Amino acid sequence: MADKVRTIKVDALARVEGEGAIYVKARGQKVEEVRLRIFEPPRFFEAFLRGRRFGEAPDFTARICGICPVAYMMSSIHAMEDALGLRVDGPIRELRRLLYCGEWIESHALHIYLLHAPDFLGYDDAIRMAKDHRREVERGLELKKTGNDILRLLGGREIHPINIRVGGFYRLPTRAELAPLAEKLKRARDLALETVRWVSTFEFPDFDRDHEFVALRHPSEYPMNEGRIVSTRGLDIAVRDYEDHFAEEQVPHSTALHSRLKARGSYFVGPLARFALNRDRLSPVAAEAAREAGLGGDCRNPFRSIIVRAVETLYACDEALRVIAAYEPAGPPALEAAPRESVGHGCTEAPRGILYHKYQLSADGLIAAARIVPPTSQNQKAIEEDMTRFVEGRLSLPDEKLRWQCEQAVRNYDPCISCSTHFLKLEIDRS
Amino acid sequence: MMVVGVGNRFRGDDGAGLEAAARLRSRAPELRVLERDGDLAGVLDAWADEDAVIVIDATRSGAPAGTVQRFDVGDAPLPAAFSRGSTHLFGIVEAIELGRALGRLPQRLVVYGIEGLTFTLGQGLSPEVSAAVEDVVGDVLAATSIAPS
Repeated sequence: MADKVRTIKVDALARVEGEGAIYVKARGQKVEEVRLRIFEPPRFFEAFLRGRRFGEAPDFTARICGICPVAYMMSSIHAMEDALGLRVDGPIRELRRLLYCGEWIESHALHIYLLHAPDFLGYDDAIRMAKDHRREVERGLELKKTGNDILRLLGGREIHPINIRVGGFYRLPTRAELAPLAEKLKRARDLALETVRWVSTFEFPDFDRDHEFVALRHPSEYPMNEGRIVSTRGLDIAVRDYEDHFAEEQVPHSTALHSRLKARGSYFVGPLARFALNRDRLSPVAAEAAREAGLGGDCRNPFRSIIVRAVETLYACDEALRVIAAYEPAGPPALEAAPRESVGHGCTEAPRGILYHKYQLSADGLIAAARIVPPTSQNQKAIEEDMTRFVEGRLSLPDEKLRWQCEQAVRNYDPCISCSTHFLKLEIDRS
Repeated sequence: MMVVGVGNRFRGDDGAGLEAAARLRSRAPELRVLERDGDLAGVLDAWADEDAVIVIDATRSGAPAGTVQRFDVGDAPLPAAFSRGSTHLFGIVEAIELGRALGRLPQRLVVYGIEGLTFTLGQGLSPEVSAAVEDVVGDVLAATSIAPS
Protein backbone atom coordinates (compact mmCIF):
# COMPACT_ATOMS: atom_id res chain seq x y z
CA MET A 1 0.00 0.00 0.00
CA ALA A 2 3.05 2.26 0.45
CA ASP A 3 3.13 2.99 -3.28
CA LYS A 4 -0.54 3.75 -3.62
CA VAL A 5 -1.14 7.00 -5.48
CA ARG A 6 -2.98 9.45 -3.30
CA THR A 7 -4.82 12.39 -4.84
CA ILE A 8 -5.98 15.34 -2.83
CA LYS A 9 -8.06 17.95 -4.60
CA VAL A 10 -9.32 21.24 -3.35
CA ASP A 11 -11.84 21.86 -6.08
CA ALA A 12 -12.77 25.44 -5.37
CA LEU A 13 -10.58 27.51 -3.14
CA ALA A 14 -12.53 29.80 -0.87
CA ARG A 15 -11.43 33.15 0.47
CA VAL A 16 -9.11 33.86 -2.44
CA GLU A 17 -9.96 36.13 -5.34
CA GLY A 18 -10.90 34.34 -8.56
CA GLU A 19 -11.30 30.71 -9.56
CA GLY A 20 -8.58 28.16 -9.04
CA ALA A 21 -7.70 24.80 -7.52
CA ILE A 22 -4.80 22.82 -6.09
CA TYR A 23 -3.84 19.39 -7.36
CA VAL A 24 -1.38 17.27 -5.34
CA LYS A 25 -0.07 13.89 -6.52
CA ALA A 26 1.73 11.77 -3.91
CA ARG A 27 3.24 8.28 -4.06
CA GLY A 28 3.95 6.83 -0.60
CA GLN A 29 5.68 9.57 1.37
CA LYS A 30 6.86 11.42 -1.73
CA VAL A 31 5.01 14.29 -3.36
CA GLU A 32 5.41 13.90 -7.10
CA GLU A 33 3.59 16.94 -8.32
CA VAL A 34 1.77 20.01 -7.08
CA ARG A 35 -0.14 22.16 -9.52
CA LEU A 36 -1.79 25.42 -8.77
CA ARG A 37 -4.54 25.19 -11.37
CA ILE A 38 -6.02 28.42 -12.51
CA PHE A 39 -9.18 28.26 -14.56
CA GLU A 40 -10.35 31.80 -14.26
CA PRO A 41 -11.14 32.52 -17.90
CA PRO A 42 -8.54 34.48 -19.86
CA ARG A 43 -9.43 38.14 -20.02
CA PHE A 44 -7.42 39.43 -22.98
CA PHE A 45 -6.63 42.83 -21.46
CA GLU A 46 -3.27 43.10 -23.21
CA ALA A 47 -4.95 42.41 -26.54
CA PHE A 48 -7.89 44.79 -26.29
CA LEU A 49 -5.68 47.67 -25.09
CA ARG A 50 -4.08 47.70 -28.54
CA GLY A 51 -5.40 50.59 -30.60
CA ARG A 52 -6.73 52.49 -27.55
CA ARG A 53 -5.40 55.91 -26.55
CA PHE A 54 -2.59 55.98 -23.99
CA GLY A 55 -4.77 57.91 -21.54
CA GLU A 56 -7.33 55.12 -21.45
CA ALA A 57 -4.96 52.51 -20.00
CA PRO A 58 -5.39 53.47 -16.31
CA ASP A 59 -9.20 53.21 -16.34
CA PHE A 60 -9.15 50.05 -18.43
CA THR A 61 -6.53 48.18 -16.43
CA ALA A 62 -8.13 49.25 -13.12
CA ARG A 63 -10.93 46.85 -14.09
CA ILE A 64 -8.55 43.90 -13.81
CA CYS A 65 -9.13 43.95 -10.05
CA GLY A 66 -11.75 45.25 -7.59
CA ILE A 67 -9.31 44.94 -4.64
CA CYS A 68 -6.24 46.60 -6.09
CA PRO A 69 -7.40 48.92 -8.89
CA VAL A 70 -5.00 51.64 -7.69
CA ALA A 71 -2.02 49.36 -8.35
CA TYR A 72 -3.12 48.83 -11.96
CA MET A 73 -3.78 52.53 -12.45
CA MET A 74 -0.42 53.49 -10.93
CA SER A 75 1.69 50.98 -12.87
CA SER A 76 0.03 51.98 -16.14
CA ILE A 77 0.36 55.71 -15.37
CA HIS A 78 4.05 55.42 -14.50
CA ALA A 79 4.62 53.39 -17.67
CA MET A 80 2.82 56.01 -19.80
CA GLU A 81 4.71 58.87 -18.17
CA ASP A 82 7.94 57.00 -18.84
CA ALA A 83 6.90 56.67 -22.48
CA LEU A 84 5.98 60.37 -22.73
CA GLY A 85 9.04 61.62 -20.87
CA LEU A 86 6.86 63.15 -18.17
CA ARG A 87 8.26 63.63 -14.69
CA VAL A 88 5.63 64.18 -11.98
CA ASP A 89 6.71 65.55 -8.64
CA GLY A 90 5.45 67.70 -5.77
CA PRO A 91 1.91 67.40 -4.40
CA ILE A 92 0.72 65.08 -7.20
CA ARG A 93 3.44 62.58 -6.41
CA GLU A 94 2.60 62.78 -2.70
CA LEU A 95 -1.14 62.33 -3.32
CA ARG A 96 -0.42 59.22 -5.39
CA ARG A 97 1.38 57.83 -2.37
CA LEU A 98 -1.62 58.71 -0.17
CA LEU A 99 -3.92 56.93 -2.62
CA TYR A 100 -1.68 53.85 -2.57
CA CYS A 101 -1.74 53.90 1.27
CA GLY A 102 -5.54 53.73 1.02
CA GLU A 103 -5.37 50.65 -1.18
CA TRP A 104 -2.83 48.87 1.08
CA ILE A 105 -5.00 49.57 4.16
CA GLU A 106 -8.20 48.42 2.46
CA SER A 107 -6.68 45.31 0.84
CA HIS A 108 -4.55 44.22 3.83
CA ALA A 109 -7.42 44.75 6.34
CA LEU A 110 -9.70 42.63 4.14
CA HIS A 111 -7.16 39.82 3.92
CA ILE A 112 -6.06 39.91 7.58
CA TYR A 113 -9.51 40.02 9.16
CA LEU A 114 -12.01 38.54 6.73
CA LEU A 115 -9.90 35.99 4.84
CA HIS A 116 -6.82 34.93 6.81
CA ALA A 117 -7.46 35.27 10.58
CA PRO A 118 -10.28 32.65 10.60
CA ASP A 119 -7.66 30.03 9.59
CA PHE A 120 -5.54 30.74 12.66
CA LEU A 121 -8.47 30.89 15.07
CA GLY A 122 -10.16 27.76 13.74
CA TYR A 123 -13.22 29.15 12.01
CA ASP A 124 -14.69 28.30 8.62
CA ASP A 125 -15.10 31.97 7.80
CA ALA A 126 -15.14 35.50 9.17
CA ILE A 127 -18.89 35.39 9.80
CA ARG A 128 -18.52 32.49 12.25
CA MET A 129 -15.44 34.17 13.71
CA ALA A 130 -17.40 37.40 14.20
CA LYS A 131 -19.81 35.70 16.63
CA ASP A 132 -16.91 35.05 19.07
CA HIS A 133 -14.54 37.85 18.07
CA ARG A 134 -16.89 40.74 17.50
CA ARG A 135 -14.50 43.46 18.64
CA GLU A 136 -11.72 42.27 16.33
CA VAL A 137 -13.97 41.98 13.27
CA GLU A 138 -15.37 45.46 13.94
CA ARG A 139 -11.79 46.69 14.11
CA GLY A 140 -10.99 45.12 10.75
CA LEU A 141 -14.10 46.63 9.14
CA GLU A 142 -13.23 50.08 10.49
CA LEU A 143 -9.67 49.82 9.17
CA LYS A 144 -10.90 48.68 5.77
CA LYS A 145 -13.39 51.53 5.70
CA THR A 146 -10.65 54.09 6.40
CA GLY A 147 -8.69 52.75 3.43
CA ASN A 148 -11.82 52.97 1.30
CA ASP A 149 -12.39 56.54 2.56
CA ILE A 150 -8.99 57.58 1.17
CA LEU A 151 -9.88 56.06 -2.19
CA ARG A 152 -13.26 57.75 -2.23
CA LEU A 153 -11.84 61.17 -1.35
CA LEU A 154 -8.93 61.14 -3.80
CA GLY A 155 -10.42 58.87 -6.43
CA GLY A 156 -14.09 59.90 -6.51
CA ARG A 157 -15.27 56.42 -5.49
CA GLU A 158 -14.08 53.41 -3.44
CA ILE A 159 -13.59 50.92 -6.24
CA HIS A 160 -12.20 51.76 -9.65
CA PRO A 161 -11.50 55.44 -8.92
CA ILE A 162 -12.36 57.98 -11.61
CA ASN A 163 -10.20 60.97 -10.61
CA ILE A 164 -6.83 59.46 -11.55
CA ARG A 165 -5.12 60.09 -14.90
CA VAL A 166 -1.81 60.07 -16.71
CA GLY A 167 0.00 63.20 -15.49
CA GLY A 168 -1.88 63.48 -12.20
CA PHE A 169 -5.49 63.96 -11.14
CA TYR A 170 -8.57 65.56 -12.67
CA ARG A 171 -9.03 67.57 -9.50
CA LEU A 172 -6.79 68.08 -6.47
CA PRO A 173 -8.34 67.95 -3.00
CA THR A 174 -8.13 70.97 -0.69
CA ARG A 175 -6.39 70.81 2.68
CA ALA A 176 -9.78 71.24 4.34
CA GLU A 177 -11.13 68.18 2.49
CA LEU A 178 -8.23 66.06 3.75
CA ALA A 179 -8.55 67.20 7.39
CA PRO A 180 -11.40 64.82 8.41
CA LEU A 181 -9.47 61.97 6.80
CA ALA A 182 -6.53 62.69 9.11
CA GLU A 183 -8.80 62.26 12.13
CA LYS A 184 -9.98 58.85 10.87
CA LEU A 185 -6.39 57.86 10.09
CA LYS A 186 -5.18 58.67 13.62
CA ARG A 187 -7.74 56.22 14.93
CA ALA A 188 -6.89 53.73 12.17
CA ARG A 189 -3.22 53.90 13.14
CA ASP A 190 -4.16 52.86 16.71
CA LEU A 191 -6.33 50.04 15.32
CA ALA A 192 -3.48 48.92 13.05
CA LEU A 193 -1.09 48.78 16.00
CA GLU A 194 -3.66 46.66 17.88
CA THR A 195 -3.84 44.48 14.78
CA VAL A 196 -0.07 43.87 14.76
CA ARG A 197 -0.22 42.89 18.44
CA TRP A 198 -3.28 40.67 17.90
CA VAL A 199 -1.97 38.66 14.92
CA SER A 200 1.46 38.24 16.53
CA THR A 201 -0.22 36.13 19.25
CA PHE A 202 -1.45 33.57 16.68
CA GLU A 203 0.27 30.16 16.49
CA PHE A 204 2.37 29.62 13.40
CA PRO A 205 3.67 26.30 12.08
CA ASP A 206 7.45 26.10 11.51
CA PHE A 207 7.72 26.52 7.78
CA ASP A 208 10.64 28.70 6.71
CA ARG A 209 11.29 28.88 2.97
CA ASP A 210 14.39 30.10 1.20
CA HIS A 211 12.95 32.05 -1.73
CA GLU A 212 14.65 34.82 -3.59
CA PHE A 213 12.60 37.83 -2.54
CA VAL A 214 12.01 40.51 -5.18
CA ALA A 215 10.68 43.99 -4.44
CA LEU A 216 11.14 47.64 -5.30
CA ARG A 217 13.74 49.61 -3.38
CA HIS A 218 13.70 53.41 -3.17
CA PRO A 219 16.51 55.60 -1.77
CA SER A 220 14.38 56.98 1.06
CA GLU A 221 10.87 55.49 1.07
CA TYR A 222 9.23 52.17 1.88
CA PRO A 223 8.40 51.38 -1.75
CA MET A 224 5.02 51.98 -3.38
CA ASN A 225 5.26 53.88 -6.65
CA GLU A 226 8.95 54.06 -7.45
CA GLY A 227 12.27 52.36 -7.07
CA ARG A 228 14.71 49.89 -8.57
CA ILE A 229 13.83 46.20 -8.73
CA VAL A 230 16.09 44.44 -6.22
CA SER A 231 16.33 40.94 -4.73
CA THR A 232 17.81 39.13 -1.74
CA ARG A 233 20.28 37.48 -4.14
CA GLY A 234 21.82 40.60 -5.57
CA LEU A 235 19.46 41.61 -8.40
CA ASP A 236 19.48 45.41 -8.70
CA ILE A 237 17.98 46.69 -11.97
CA ALA A 238 16.06 49.62 -13.35
CA VAL A 239 12.36 48.92 -14.06
CA ARG A 240 13.01 49.28 -17.80
CA ASP A 241 15.37 46.27 -17.68
CA TYR A 242 12.65 43.95 -16.27
CA GLU A 243 12.29 41.86 -19.43
CA ASP A 244 16.04 41.26 -19.60
CA HIS A 245 15.85 39.41 -16.29
CA PHE A 246 12.34 37.95 -16.03
CA ALA A 247 10.50 35.63 -18.41
CA GLU A 248 6.89 34.44 -18.57
CA GLU A 249 5.92 30.98 -19.79
CA GLN A 250 2.72 29.08 -20.39
CA VAL A 251 1.94 25.96 -18.37
CA PRO A 252 -0.87 23.60 -19.38
CA HIS A 253 -2.65 23.60 -15.99
CA SER A 254 -3.10 27.34 -15.64
CA THR A 255 -4.62 30.20 -17.60
CA ALA A 256 -2.06 32.41 -15.81
CA LEU A 257 1.44 32.67 -17.18
CA HIS A 258 4.25 31.53 -14.87
CA SER A 259 7.08 34.02 -14.28
CA ARG A 260 10.68 33.14 -13.56
CA LEU A 261 14.00 34.85 -13.13
CA LYS A 262 15.93 33.90 -16.24
CA ALA A 263 19.09 33.33 -14.18
CA ARG A 264 17.65 31.40 -11.24
CA GLY A 265 14.02 30.33 -11.69
CA SER A 266 11.30 30.93 -9.13
CA TYR A 267 11.14 34.02 -6.95
CA PHE A 268 8.73 35.60 -4.53
CA VAL A 269 7.06 39.02 -4.37
CA GLY A 270 4.69 40.65 -1.89
CA PRO A 271 4.69 41.80 1.75
CA LEU A 272 7.37 39.32 2.93
CA ALA A 273 9.68 40.40 0.09
CA ARG A 274 9.03 44.10 0.60
CA PHE A 275 9.66 43.77 4.33
CA ALA A 276 12.87 41.75 3.90
CA LEU A 277 14.31 44.25 1.44
CA ASN A 278 12.98 47.49 2.90
CA ARG A 279 12.38 47.15 6.62
CA ASP A 280 14.99 49.89 7.22
CA ARG A 281 12.61 52.26 5.38
CA LEU A 282 9.65 51.75 7.73
CA SER A 283 8.53 54.67 9.87
CA PRO A 284 9.68 54.49 13.51
CA VAL A 285 6.25 53.45 14.80
CA ALA A 286 5.93 50.62 12.23
CA ALA A 287 9.54 49.48 12.76
CA GLU A 288 9.00 49.37 16.52
CA ALA A 289 5.75 47.41 16.15
CA ALA A 290 7.53 44.92 13.85
CA ARG A 291 10.29 44.42 16.43
CA GLU A 292 7.73 44.01 19.22
CA ALA A 293 5.91 41.40 17.12
CA GLY A 294 9.10 39.37 16.75
CA LEU A 295 9.93 40.33 13.15
CA GLY A 296 13.57 41.16 13.88
CA GLY A 297 15.32 39.84 10.79
CA ASP A 298 13.83 38.48 7.58
CA CYS A 299 10.52 36.76 7.95
CA ARG A 300 10.65 33.67 5.71
CA ASN A 301 7.55 31.86 6.98
CA PRO A 302 4.57 32.52 4.68
CA PHE A 303 2.18 31.82 7.59
CA ARG A 304 3.63 34.85 9.35
CA SER A 305 2.87 37.07 6.39
CA ILE A 306 -0.26 38.11 8.30
CA ILE A 307 2.01 39.95 10.77
CA VAL A 308 3.89 41.66 7.96
CA ARG A 309 0.59 42.75 6.37
CA ALA A 310 -0.43 44.20 9.74
CA VAL A 311 2.89 46.08 9.99
CA GLU A 312 2.43 47.41 6.47
CA THR A 313 -1.12 48.49 7.34
CA LEU A 314 0.27 50.42 10.31
CA TYR A 315 2.95 51.93 8.09
CA ALA A 316 0.37 52.96 5.50
CA CYS A 317 -1.74 54.75 8.16
CA ASP A 318 1.37 56.51 9.45
CA GLU A 319 2.57 57.46 5.98
CA ALA A 320 -0.89 58.69 4.96
CA LEU A 321 -0.90 60.98 7.99
CA ARG A 322 2.55 62.30 7.03
CA VAL A 323 1.38 63.10 3.50
CA ILE A 324 -1.77 64.84 4.69
CA ALA A 325 0.13 66.94 7.25
CA ALA A 326 2.63 68.16 4.63
CA TYR A 327 0.14 68.63 1.77
CA GLU A 328 -0.16 72.03 0.10
CA PRO A 329 -2.06 72.03 -3.20
CA ALA A 330 0.01 73.78 -5.88
CA GLY A 331 0.11 73.89 -9.66
CA PRO A 332 -2.29 72.27 -12.10
CA PRO A 333 -3.97 68.97 -11.11
CA ALA A 334 -2.18 67.20 -13.96
CA LEU A 335 0.80 67.68 -16.27
CA GLU A 336 0.28 67.27 -19.99
CA ALA A 337 2.60 65.77 -22.57
CA ALA A 338 2.34 65.23 -26.31
CA PRO A 339 2.38 61.62 -27.45
CA ARG A 340 5.39 60.28 -29.31
CA GLU A 341 6.53 56.98 -30.68
CA SER A 342 8.02 55.35 -27.59
CA VAL A 343 8.10 52.50 -25.13
CA GLY A 344 7.35 52.98 -21.42
CA HIS A 345 7.83 50.77 -18.38
CA GLY A 346 6.14 51.03 -14.98
CA CYS A 347 6.42 48.93 -11.84
CA THR A 348 4.69 49.64 -8.53
CA GLU A 349 4.10 47.69 -5.31
CA ALA A 350 0.54 46.35 -5.40
CA PRO A 351 -0.61 44.97 -2.02
CA ARG A 352 0.40 41.49 -3.32
CA GLY A 353 3.77 42.53 -4.78
CA ILE A 354 5.36 44.12 -7.81
CA LEU A 355 3.10 44.79 -10.77
CA TYR A 356 4.91 45.44 -14.06
CA HIS A 357 3.39 47.22 -17.08
CA LYS A 358 5.01 47.94 -20.44
CA TYR A 359 3.42 49.86 -23.30
CA GLN A 360 4.56 50.60 -26.80
CA LEU A 361 2.99 53.78 -28.18
CA SER A 362 2.71 54.95 -31.77
CA ALA A 363 3.33 58.58 -32.75
CA ASP A 364 -0.40 59.40 -32.49
CA GLY A 365 -0.59 58.15 -28.89
CA LEU A 366 -2.28 54.83 -29.60
CA ILE A 367 -1.18 51.68 -27.75
CA ALA A 368 0.62 49.36 -30.17
CA ALA A 369 1.50 46.70 -27.61
CA ALA A 370 0.81 46.14 -23.91
CA ARG A 371 2.28 43.78 -21.35
CA ILE A 372 1.01 43.32 -17.79
CA VAL A 373 2.70 41.02 -15.25
CA PRO A 374 0.68 40.82 -12.01
CA PRO A 375 2.11 39.71 -8.64
CA THR A 376 0.17 36.44 -8.31
CA SER A 377 1.43 35.08 -11.62
CA GLN A 378 4.98 35.89 -10.51
CA ASN A 379 4.43 33.91 -7.29
CA GLN A 380 2.86 30.80 -8.82
CA LYS A 381 6.07 28.78 -9.10
CA ALA A 382 7.12 29.65 -5.55
CA ILE A 383 3.63 28.75 -4.27
CA GLU A 384 3.82 25.35 -5.98
CA GLU A 385 7.29 24.73 -4.51
CA ASP A 386 6.06 25.73 -1.04
CA MET A 387 3.00 23.50 -1.35
CA THR A 388 5.20 20.54 -2.34
CA ARG A 389 7.31 20.99 0.79
CA PHE A 390 4.23 21.67 2.95
CA VAL A 391 2.38 18.52 1.84
CA GLU A 392 5.52 16.35 2.10
CA GLY A 393 5.68 17.00 5.83
CA ARG A 394 1.98 16.21 6.25
CA LEU A 395 1.26 13.13 4.14
CA SER A 396 0.34 11.11 7.23
CA LEU A 397 -2.73 13.30 7.67
CA PRO A 398 -6.08 12.01 6.42
CA ASP A 399 -7.22 13.57 3.13
CA GLU A 400 -9.89 15.77 4.65
CA LYS A 401 -7.49 17.37 7.15
CA LEU A 402 -4.73 17.70 4.56
CA ARG A 403 -7.12 19.36 2.15
CA TRP A 404 -8.10 21.89 4.82
CA GLN A 405 -4.47 22.65 5.69
CA CYS A 406 -3.51 23.05 2.02
CA GLU A 407 -6.31 25.51 1.49
CA GLN A 408 -5.12 27.49 4.51
CA ALA A 409 -1.55 27.41 3.24
CA VAL A 410 -2.57 28.90 -0.10
CA ARG A 411 -4.32 31.79 1.64
CA ASN A 412 -0.91 32.78 3.09
CA TYR A 413 -0.15 34.16 -0.33
CA ASP A 414 -3.35 36.22 -0.63
CA PRO A 415 -3.51 35.09 -4.25
CA CYS A 416 -5.47 37.23 -6.60
CA ILE A 417 -6.49 34.76 -9.26
CA SER A 418 -8.55 37.10 -11.37
CA CYS A 419 -5.61 39.49 -11.57
CA SER A 420 -3.17 36.83 -12.65
CA THR A 421 -5.37 35.40 -15.38
CA HIS A 422 -4.00 35.57 -17.65
CA PHE A 423 -5.38 32.04 -12.18
CA LEU A 424 -7.76 28.08 -7.22
CA LYS A 425 -9.59 23.99 -6.05
CA LEU A 426 -7.17 21.38 -4.11
CA GLU A 427 -6.63 17.92 -5.55
CA ILE A 428 -4.29 15.44 -3.81
CA ASP A 429 -3.48 12.38 -5.90
CA ARG A 430 -1.89 9.66 -3.72
CA SER A 431 -0.62 7.14 -6.27
CA MET B 1 -36.21 53.67 5.29
CA MET B 2 -33.47 52.89 2.80
CA VAL B 3 -33.46 50.89 -0.41
CA VAL B 4 -30.26 49.12 -1.53
CA GLY B 5 -30.02 47.89 -5.12
CA VAL B 6 -27.31 45.28 -5.64
CA GLY B 7 -25.81 43.84 -8.80
CA ASN B 8 -23.54 44.23 -11.79
CA ARG B 9 -25.06 46.09 -14.71
CA PHE B 10 -22.44 44.70 -17.07
CA ARG B 11 -23.65 41.13 -16.47
CA GLY B 12 -27.07 41.12 -18.06
CA ASP B 13 -29.90 40.38 -15.61
CA ASP B 14 -27.50 40.68 -12.68
CA GLY B 15 -28.27 44.41 -13.02
CA ALA B 16 -31.92 43.91 -11.95
CA GLY B 17 -31.37 45.30 -8.43
CA LEU B 18 -29.55 48.35 -9.77
CA GLU B 19 -32.26 48.99 -12.34
CA ALA B 20 -34.90 48.81 -9.60
CA ALA B 21 -32.87 51.30 -7.55
CA ALA B 22 -32.57 53.65 -10.53
CA ARG B 23 -36.33 53.55 -11.23
CA LEU B 24 -37.11 54.14 -7.54
CA ARG B 25 -34.76 57.09 -7.43
CA SER B 26 -36.38 58.76 -10.40
CA ARG B 27 -39.95 58.17 -9.20
CA ALA B 28 -39.47 58.84 -5.50
CA PRO B 29 -36.62 61.37 -5.13
CA GLU B 30 -37.23 61.65 -1.39
CA LEU B 31 -36.41 57.98 -0.88
CA ARG B 32 -32.86 57.12 0.26
CA VAL B 33 -31.58 54.82 -2.45
CA LEU B 34 -28.16 53.16 -2.53
CA GLU B 35 -26.62 51.30 -5.43
CA ARG B 36 -23.88 48.75 -4.80
CA ASP B 37 -22.01 46.97 -7.55
CA GLY B 38 -19.05 45.49 -5.72
CA ASP B 39 -17.91 45.07 -2.17
CA LEU B 40 -20.84 44.99 0.26
CA ALA B 41 -18.88 45.04 3.54
CA GLY B 42 -19.51 48.79 3.68
CA VAL B 43 -23.28 48.35 3.54
CA LEU B 44 -23.32 47.72 7.32
CA ASP B 45 -22.20 51.30 7.84
CA ALA B 46 -24.53 52.65 5.20
CA TRP B 47 -27.62 51.28 6.97
CA ALA B 48 -26.34 51.85 10.54
CA ASP B 49 -28.96 54.50 11.29
CA GLU B 50 -31.86 52.90 9.42
CA ASP B 51 -34.78 51.15 11.12
CA ALA B 52 -35.97 49.55 7.93
CA VAL B 53 -34.04 48.51 4.82
CA ILE B 54 -35.16 46.95 1.58
CA VAL B 55 -32.52 45.13 -0.49
CA ILE B 56 -33.18 44.25 -4.13
CA ASP B 57 -30.90 41.76 -5.89
CA ALA B 58 -30.96 39.27 -8.72
CA THR B 59 -31.21 35.55 -7.96
CA ARG B 60 -30.18 32.34 -9.70
CA SER B 61 -32.36 29.66 -8.14
CA GLY B 62 -33.53 27.88 -11.26
CA ALA B 63 -37.02 29.41 -11.05
CA PRO B 64 -38.57 30.89 -14.23
CA ALA B 65 -37.01 34.22 -15.28
CA GLY B 66 -38.72 37.18 -13.65
CA THR B 67 -39.91 35.22 -10.60
CA VAL B 68 -39.93 37.57 -7.60
CA GLN B 69 -39.14 36.17 -4.17
CA ARG B 70 -39.55 38.28 -1.01
CA PHE B 71 -37.84 37.45 2.29
CA ASP B 72 -38.27 39.02 5.69
CA VAL B 73 -34.81 38.56 7.10
CA GLY B 74 -35.45 37.18 10.55
CA ASP B 75 -33.55 34.32 12.14
CA ALA B 76 -32.88 32.28 9.04
CA PRO B 77 -30.10 32.97 6.56
CA LEU B 78 -30.94 33.97 2.99
CA PRO B 79 -31.28 31.13 0.51
CA ALA B 80 -28.20 30.18 -1.52
CA ALA B 81 -29.78 31.64 -4.67
CA PHE B 82 -28.62 35.09 -3.50
CA SER B 83 -24.99 34.04 -3.19
CA ARG B 84 -22.73 35.76 -5.68
CA GLY B 85 -20.27 32.89 -5.84
CA SER B 86 -17.67 35.60 -5.35
CA THR B 87 -14.61 34.62 -3.40
CA HIS B 88 -12.96 37.81 -2.31
CA LEU B 89 -15.69 40.38 -2.29
CA PHE B 90 -18.58 40.36 0.12
CA GLY B 91 -21.97 39.59 -1.39
CA ILE B 92 -25.33 40.45 0.20
CA VAL B 93 -25.58 37.02 1.89
CA GLU B 94 -22.22 37.53 3.60
CA ALA B 95 -23.02 41.14 4.48
CA ILE B 96 -26.33 40.16 6.12
CA GLU B 97 -24.80 37.22 8.02
CA LEU B 98 -21.86 39.35 9.17
CA GLY B 99 -24.33 42.06 10.21
CA ARG B 100 -26.28 39.45 12.17
CA ALA B 101 -23.11 38.19 13.92
CA LEU B 102 -22.14 41.73 14.82
CA GLY B 103 -25.65 42.79 15.88
CA ARG B 104 -25.77 45.33 13.06
CA LEU B 105 -28.90 44.40 11.15
CA PRO B 106 -31.68 46.96 10.86
CA GLN B 107 -34.83 46.19 12.86
CA ARG B 108 -36.66 45.37 9.69
CA LEU B 109 -34.83 43.97 6.66
CA VAL B 110 -36.66 42.79 3.57
CA VAL B 111 -34.86 41.27 0.59
CA TYR B 112 -36.42 41.02 -2.85
CA GLY B 113 -34.91 38.52 -5.25
CA ILE B 114 -35.59 38.82 -8.96
CA GLU B 115 -34.75 35.67 -10.89
CA GLY B 116 -32.48 36.40 -13.84
CA LEU B 117 -32.29 34.62 -17.15
CA THR B 118 -28.85 35.56 -18.43
CA PHE B 119 -25.74 36.57 -16.48
CA THR B 120 -23.27 36.78 -19.32
CA LEU B 121 -21.25 39.86 -20.27
CA GLY B 122 -23.40 42.64 -21.68
CA GLN B 123 -25.82 45.33 -20.61
CA GLY B 124 -29.63 45.35 -20.52
CA LEU B 125 -32.29 43.20 -18.87
CA SER B 126 -34.35 40.38 -20.34
CA PRO B 127 -38.00 41.50 -20.93
CA GLU B 128 -39.32 39.16 -18.18
CA VAL B 129 -36.78 40.56 -15.73
CA SER B 130 -37.50 44.17 -16.66
CA ALA B 131 -41.22 43.54 -16.04
CA ALA B 132 -40.43 41.92 -12.69
CA VAL B 133 -38.34 44.97 -11.73
CA GLU B 134 -41.45 47.08 -12.36
CA ASP B 135 -43.50 44.82 -10.03
CA VAL B 136 -40.90 45.15 -7.27
CA VAL B 137 -40.70 48.94 -7.72
CA GLY B 138 -44.50 49.15 -7.35
CA ASP B 139 -44.36 46.95 -4.27
CA VAL B 140 -41.66 49.06 -2.64
CA LEU B 141 -43.47 52.33 -3.41
CA ALA B 142 -46.63 50.90 -1.91
CA ALA B 143 -44.75 49.68 1.17
CA THR B 144 -43.16 53.07 1.70
CA SER B 145 -46.55 54.77 1.13
CA ILE B 146 -45.04 56.90 -1.61
CA ALA B 147 -47.28 57.53 -4.56
CA PRO B 148 -45.34 57.05 -7.79
CA SER B 149 -44.86 60.33 -9.70
